[in-house]
Amino acid sequence: MSEKSVNTGRRNFLIGATSVVGAAGVVGVAVPFVGSWNPSAKALAAGAPVKIDISRLTEGEILGPIPAWRDMPIFVVKRSEDMLGRLNSKNERLADPDSERPQQPEYAKNDTRSIRPDLLVLVGLCTHLSCSPKYRPAIQPEDYDEEWIGGFFCPCHGSKFDLAGRVYSGVPAPSNLEVPPYFYESDSIIVIGKDEGAA
Amino acid sequence: MSAIQDSFKNVMDWVDARLPVTETYEKHLSKYYAPKNFNFWYFFGVLAVVVLVNQLLTGIWLTMSYVPSAEGAFASVEYIMRDVEYGWMLRYMHSTGASAFFLVVYLHMFRGLAYGSYQKPRELIWILGMLIYVALMAEGFFGYLLPWGNMSFWAGQVIVSLAGAIPVVGADLATWVRGDFNISGITLNRFFALHVVLIPLVLIVLVFLHILALHEVGSNNPDGVDIKKDLDEDGKPVDGIPFHPAYTIGHDLPAIVGFLFLFCIVMFYYPDGGGYLIEHPNYEPANPLKTPDLIAPVWYYTPFYSMLRAATFPLFGLDAKFWGLVVMAGAIALPAVLPWLDKSPVKSIRYKGMGSKIFLFVFIVSFFILGYLGVQHPTPVRTLIAQICTAIYFGYFLLMPWYTSVEKTKPVPDRVTMR
Repeated sequence: MSEKSVNTGRRNFLIGATSVVGAAGVVGVAVPFVGSWNPSAKALAAGAPVKIDISRLTEGEILGPIPAWRDMPIFVVKRSEDMLGRLNSKNERLADPDSERPQQPEYAKNDTRSIRPDLLVLVGLCTHLSCSPKYRPAIQPEDYDEEWIGGFFCPCHGSKFDLAGRVYSGVPAPSNLEVPPYFYESDSIIVIGKDEGAA
Repeated sequence: MSAIQDSFKNVMDWVDARLPVTETYEKHLSKYYAPKNFNFWYFFGVLAVVVLVNQLLTGIWLTMSYVPSAEGAFASVEYIMRDVEYGWMLRYMHSTGASAFFLVVYLHMFRGLAYGSYQKPRELIWILGMLIYVALMAEGFFGYLLPWGNMSFWAGQVIVSLAGAIPVVGADLATWVRGDFNISGITLNRFFALHVVLIPLVLIVLVFLHILALHEVGSNNPDGVDIKKDLDEDGKPVDGIPFHPAYTIGHDLPAIVGFLFLFCIVMFYYPDGGGYLIEHPNYEPANPLKTPDLIAPVWYYTPFYSMLRAATFPLFGLDAKFWGLVVMAGAIALPAVLPWLDKSPVKSIRYKGMGSKIFLFVFIVSFFILGYLGVQHPTPVRTLIAQICTAIYFGYFLLMPWYTSVEKTKPVPDRVTMR
C-alpha cells in the first residue's frame, strides 16, 4: 500500500471508534469483578437483625460487648438515675452534644440517645479506627482524664465518650459512637438491626 | 577446541538463532559494566532479590498446609508450626524474610537518597522502585491478616477502616473491601488471594522492569560520576567492570553469605524478635470483641502509622481522621517525585553542600523517631514530637528545590574515586 492511499481521516475514525467500543467492553467486564467484592448473600443473611434479651440487665451494668449485629460488638447499658442525671452536666466538653451528625436513627436523636431514657444501645466500635472502647462507668480521676464522670474510653488512640456514647472534643475520634437501628419487641427483648415497623 | 566445547557451541548457536540467550547473558551479566567503586551500600539491591526468592519459595510451600478460612486459619498455622515437618522453619523463613525484605529495601532506598541515584537519567528506575515499595507494603498488609491472630484481626480492622475516612463514599468503600460489615472470613479469603497471587505477580513484573530500566541507563555510583563518558578503545567504560564475574563473585556473593548468616541468627534464635517481628497478641486467635491494649503495626510500617496518628485536629471542615489518611498517603507517595525536587547540579552527597547533608541527616533521624513512636502509646508529648517529625519528613522533600539550588557544591572529579 502506498503512502497516498492511506485515508488518515478514516483511519483515525476507526481507531477512535474501536477504542470507545473497547473501553465500553472493559467497563462492562469490570462489573462482575468489582461486584463480586460486595457482601455476598451469605454475609447479608448473617447480618440480619438479632434479638437480645435484656431482662437480666441490672442498673449501671453493661451487656456486652456481644457479637450481635453484623458481627460487630454491641453495647447495651442500663443507666441508673444517677448516671442520667450526670449525662448533660458537662456538655461543653463534648464535640457534638446535640447529636447533629447522623450517627443514630431519628428516634435516638435526643438527650440520652436512646428510645427509653435508661437503656443505651451502641455499636461498640470507636469512630476513629474501629477499636472497641472499654466501659468505664466509675466517677474517678483516670490517667486519661482528671475529671472523668464515667463513659467509654478507647485504649488504642485515647478517644473518650460519655455515657451516651457522645465523643469528647480534642480526641482522635471524629464523631459519636453509632447507635444501630433497634426497637423493643417486648419489655425484655430488643431487636437490633431494624427500625420498628420496617419491613 | 575439544569435542565437548564444539558440541556445546553448536547447541548454543542453535538456541541463539531461536532465543537470544547468549545476547541476554552478555547484555545483563558478562558485558554489563558497573562502576568499579561500589561500596557497602550497593549490596542491598541484590539482597532484595535474594529475599524475594526466599519469600516466593517459602510462601508457595506454606500455602500447601495453610487453610484460608476464619475457622481454619489460626489452627492451620499451629499445624504448620507443630505437625508439618520443617513447617516451623518454612514459616520462620517467611516471617523473618518479611522483615528482612523491608530492612534491605529501606537501606537500598537510603543509598538512592544519599548518592542521588534517582536523578536524570534514572527517574524511571526510582519511580518503579517506589511502586515496588508500595506493592511490598500492600503484600505485607494482606499477608499480616492470614495467621488470623488477634493482632492480625485488629490491624486489618484499623487499616481497612481508614478507607472509611474518605468523605461520602468511605463507609461503603470499607464494606466493599471487607466484603462484609466487619472483618470476617470473607475478608481473609480475598486477602489470601491478593497476597499469594495478584501482588506477587505485580511485584515480579515491577522488579523485572526496575532491573531492565537500570541496565538500559547503567548503574550510578558513590561519586555520581557518569562512567560512560570515559570509554576505552573497545567502547567499554574505563571505570567499569563486568557485573559477572567481577561483582557477582567478588562483591555480591560474600554479601549474600554474610546476610544469610545474620538472617539465620534471627530466624533460629529470635524468630519473633521480642514481639516486634511476630507480635504477642498474634499468639491468640482473632477475637472481634477484644481489642489488644496497644495496636501497633509491625516495625516497618510504624513511621507512617505515627504520621497517621499525628493528625489530631480537623481542618477545612474535614475530620482529623481524614487528614491522617491524607498525611500518610502523601508521605508514601511524595518520594516518587524526588527526581524533580532535587535541583542540585551534583548527584552524590559527597559533593553536595551543607544544606543537603543537614537535611538528609535530620530526615533520617526523624524517620527513626517516628518509627519508635509508632509502637508506643500516644501521649500529648509524643503526639507533639510526631507532629514535628512529620513536618521534618515533608520539609525534606518540599524544601529540596530551595536548599539544593542555593547551597554551594564541591567540584565533582572526572573519574570515580576508590576509598
